[in-house]
Amino acid sequence: MPGSDSTAHKSKSRRPKYSQFSQQELPAFKLILTPGYVISTFIVVGLIFVPIGLISLFASETVVEIVDRYDNECIPKDFRDNRVEFIKNKQTNKSCTRTFTVPKQMKSPIFIYYQLENFYQNHRRYVKSRSDKQLQSKKNAAHIRECKPMGETDNKDPIIPCGLIAWSLFNDTYGFSVKGKDLKVNKRDIAWGSDKNYKFGADVFPKNFQVGDVGGKSLNSSIPLSEQEDLIVWMRTAALSTFRKLYGKIEDDLQANDVITVVIENNYNTYDFKGTKSLVLSTTSWIGGKNDFLGVTFITIGGICLFLAITFILLYVIKPR
Amino acid sequence: MKRYIYINDDETSQDLYCANRLSNRKYTLMNFLPKNLWEQFSRFMNQYFLLIACLQLWSLITPVNPASTWGPLIFIFAVSATKEAWDDYNRYLSDKKANEKEVWVVKQGIKKLIQSQDIRVGNIVWLRENDEVPCDLVLIGTSDPQGVCYVETAALDGETDLKTRLIPAACMGMDFELLHKIKGVIECPGPDKDIRRFDGNLRLLPPFIDNDVCPLTIKNTILQSCYLRNTEWACGVAVYTGNETKLGMTRGIPEPKLTAVDAMIDKLTGAIFVFQIVVVIVLGTAGNVWKDTEARKQWYVLYPQEFPWYELLVIPLRFELLCSIMIPISIKVSLDLVKSLYAKFIDWDYEMIDPETDTPSHATNTAISEDLAQVEYILTDKTGTLTENRMIFRRCCIGGIFYGNETGDALKDVGLLNAITSGSPDVIRFLTVMAVCNTVIPAKSKAGAILYKAQSQDEEALVHAAAQLHMVLVNKNASILEIKFNGSVLQYEILETLEFTSDRKRMSVVVKDCHSGNISLLSKGADEAILPYAHAGQQTRTFVEAVEQYSQLGLRTLCLAWREVEEDEYQEWSLMFKEASSTLIDREWRIAEVCQRLEHDLKVLGVTAIEDRLQDGVPETIETLRKAGINFWMLTGDKQNTAIQIALSCNFISPEPKGQLLSIDGKTEDEVCRSLERVLLTMRITTSEPKDVAFVVDGWALEIALKHYRKAFTELAILSRTAICCRVTPSQKAQLVELLKSCDYRTLAIGDGGNDVRMIQKADIGVGISGREGLQAARAADYSIGKFRFLKRLILVHGRYSYNRTAFLSQYSFYKSLLICFIQIL
Repeated sequence: MPGSDSTAHKSKSRRPKYSQFSQQELPAFKLILTPGYVISTFIVVGLIFVPIGLISLFASETVVEIVDRYDNECIPKDFRDNRVEFIKNKQTNKSCTRTFTVPKQMKSPIFIYYQLENFYQNHRRYVKSRSDKQLQSKKNAAHIRECKPMGETDNKDPIIPCGLIAWSLFNDTYGFSVKGKDLKVNKRDIAWGSDKNYKFGADVFPKNFQVGDVGGKSLNSSIPLSEQEDLIVWMRTAALSTFRKLYGKIEDDLQANDVITVVIENNYNTYDFKGTKSLVLSTTSWIGGKNDFLGVTFITIGGICLFLAITFILLYVIKPR
Repeated sequence: MKRYIYINDDETSQDLYCANRLSNRKYTLMNFLPKNLWEQFSRFMNQYFLLIACLQLWSLITPVNPASTWGPLIFIFAVSATKEAWDDYNRYLSDKKANEKEVWVVKQGIKKLIQSQDIRVGNIVWLRENDEVPCDLVLIGTSDPQGVCYVETAALDGETDLKTRLIPAACMGMDFELLHKIKGVIECPGPDKDIRRFDGNLRLLPPFIDNDVCPLTIKNTILQSCYLRNTEWACGVAVYTGNETKLGMTRGIPEPKLTAVDAMIDKLTGAIFVFQIVVVIVLGTAGNVWKDTEARKQWYVLYPQEFPWYELLVIPLRFELLCSIMIPISIKVSLDLVKSLYAKFIDWDYEMIDPETDTPSHATNTAISEDLAQVEYILTDKTGTLTENRMIFRRCCIGGIFYGNETGDALKDVGLLNAITSGSPDVIRFLTVMAVCNTVIPAKSKAGAILYKAQSQDEEALVHAAAQLHMVLVNKNASILEIKFNGSVLQYEILETLEFTSDRKRMSVVVKDCHSGNISLLSKGADEAILPYAHAGQQTRTFVEAVEQYSQLGLRTLCLAWREVEEDEYQEWSLMFKEASSTLIDREWRIAEVCQRLEHDLKVLGVTAIEDRLQDGVPETIETLRKAGINFWMLTGDKQNTAIQIALSCNFISPEPKGQLLSIDGKTEDEVCRSLERVLLTMRITTSEPKDVAFVVDGWALEIALKHYRKAFTELAILSRTAICCRVTPSQKAQLVELLKSCDYRTLAIGDGGNDVRMIQKADIGVGISGREGLQAARAADYSIGKFRFLKRLILVHGRYSYNRTAFLSQYSFYKSLLICFIQIL
């Protein structure tokens, strides 16, 4: 420690350099919530949100959607008490015909979805059981470490595509007809472009798939994975246990009161775990499919804001502090 | 464990004690990694994170990439380790510099230049002016014919004045050549860290004249890291070397202080840990149950029918890993980081720079800033803390006559000046005691003016006052002291100095008038240490009144006294004194006892009154802090009246109608007990009234109260917002801090002198005022500030900011961790 003599000399250097930061004098701003601020903020928010909500709701209303749950109806009466056995039995006739009327005119393209409930595509063991490397390129065929427990056949040959997801591919099929005339179902371009072009290789062909323990649909081993669009759609796993997946598109308009007949091959086993299966036909608008949630949310929030604004105004007028 | 040191003996003492090699390093290159890791892992949090990180290596259970835990863990460890390594490297560099410094040492009878690290115990080390002392030495020779040398001990105790050091009597008058060949034995205790004590003995071996045992005290030593000043050369025998020097022994790692927030965070962490375990158990069980009942039906998951037993553990452990981030890994590191920033803000603050010396405030302890905002009790010293410690002689009472009462300045009192010119013997004697009875060192500046170097501010004030009253202390050469009075030079030989201790509360010198040969004892000290020893015939009532009157004005009083000593009496006593000074056990107590034998039958000359002004802004500061709900206790070594006066003048207590002062006194246990109970009763009654009630207690009553009525006193301490404790010793101050801490109060101790060090170290937060009593307190403290008034800003601005920020940061850390964790669980 320097003595009292030396402090005088060093006085300049001992004084720390001035800055707003070191003196904790940086400009600061803190909003004070006065009634004026609060009320106008609420009004602005309300005025913006309510119209947005209304527009969204309107857009959602223009969408025509037909949902038909068929998993119960497609079991023959004799098997109603024994569904699991029915679905597992290879000998039973699984065809089933459903009819329904179109409520409003549906403009093409009409999207066909299948909807599953209580199916956990997000189960940890399930969602990890795939090999992206193997799907991508031919040279990674032996890359099956992640695919347990569906990586290889009993003879230790690698399965392509390996893993539980691919193995459990959805295998119900739908055939549509209106007034006795078959509707053409377009099954191309139902998967993401990036998936087709990058994630699923054009040189990868199914091999050893659905040999032994059969889970779901089999694949044509002469078509490369990049063109197996059902598989690509299925492999993009859903986050929730209720989900829809695109099956195909109908590119004809349907008129109101048209009666559609669907012949369903009811193959997929959802009976084991009490899941449901539904068929969905839907048009789209700019907002996407039929979804009231967004609109309702916007209207609710906007409404609450306006309500609060009015309450505050009343409070402020009647009983100011 | 005693040491026998053979002076200048190259064979025997070589390897008995460690060489003078300094090593402050904690690590070596080899042991850095294991030792540092071991230290870091001795913290519970780190063990926990390591366990989690290891669990993540088991790929079956890990839900996330192991890198997400290993990365931060390694990063945090690397940061701490780098900091440690950097500190250690700097220590290594400074050690190396000190170790390789070259010093002159006598080897085989010849003076050689060797590296400092090769000095051995028993070697004779030569120093020149302005050299740094390489190890603890016992002086044996200096360039000064009187055997005196001056040292600056700033690095040791922070005091900037020069101190005199003496060569022991046995070595007196030895010439330059002889000092190279000197042989002897020094007997001294093993190394310790008391820089104010050295109780040793020196015996020179036969070829040398005097083979009596010669006592050695701290006065005969020069300690490591001091500087030799105003002395051409000095030489000494190395007694403690390397890490065994007094300085080396003092260097300990202080116990880390834990703040209230830290304790809270630890508790919270514990609670979250328990919560986490609960979550893991509940969700883990639920998971296992679901897996057994439901998941087997999900055919697409393809669970095997049979599984090994440890599969049961998989789900709980997975949840444990998911929950592990509930406890934020980064909280310690981020808190350390922001805390060091708070400390910097304190260092940088322009409003806390002492305008006189331009000294900024400094936060030595960077970890406890937020505790400043939690302070409930402030224990403050008086002198130098509340007051300026700039002593000015104001009044005096000589032989019953008061001087300076009208003008307020005795130096301008005509009556006193007249008495001096007329040569009134009492007044002359009084001035002589003022000028002689002290340890002040006069030093001539280049311009010819005399500067006084004093360790005690009071002494300096007295000597200055005496000089203005024509009694000028001119020179002090070892034992001869020169005084100029009205043009004539008086010489006194100082035979003995009976030093001041806080127990004795007085100091005396035995001097011999060189002219007449008369021996006399001159004493000065506190009233209760002088007046009871007045000789039987003297009336001391006027002096008691004078003391009373002065202390009511808030002045510091000292009583001066003298008596003549017969030659025989002195000789007889001198022998006893010598014996007492050379004892190794209980020396201080023995000396005090011997001193007592000479200090009796004193003729009291008068009373001096010295003013010590309040520092700027003290009343406002105390007022504001009290409004903030902080309780003040004043602990002082001063007299009760002075203390109360100061307390009144700085808003400490309110005057009568609004405030009430209760005093606890008494000499015996019963008296103290009764008055304590009375005060306690009043206190209980008045707690509901809006009245400032304070109690006053003196050191003696406090001693009894703390010993026998601790419970009652503790209750009093809790009830009372204000207290004044006067006449307390440093250890009592520390005891009071302990008492308040034991009631779970956050205490802040503020002081400036060496007597406050213990209380500062004991308190949750110690604040030192880098004042005129040296830097001892400032060094021991967590924060050092220049003036008392900065305390307001320190507590109310920095403390509050730090607390808010720490609270926000830690809450945010926990919030963030919990949030991420819940997302992961869901």
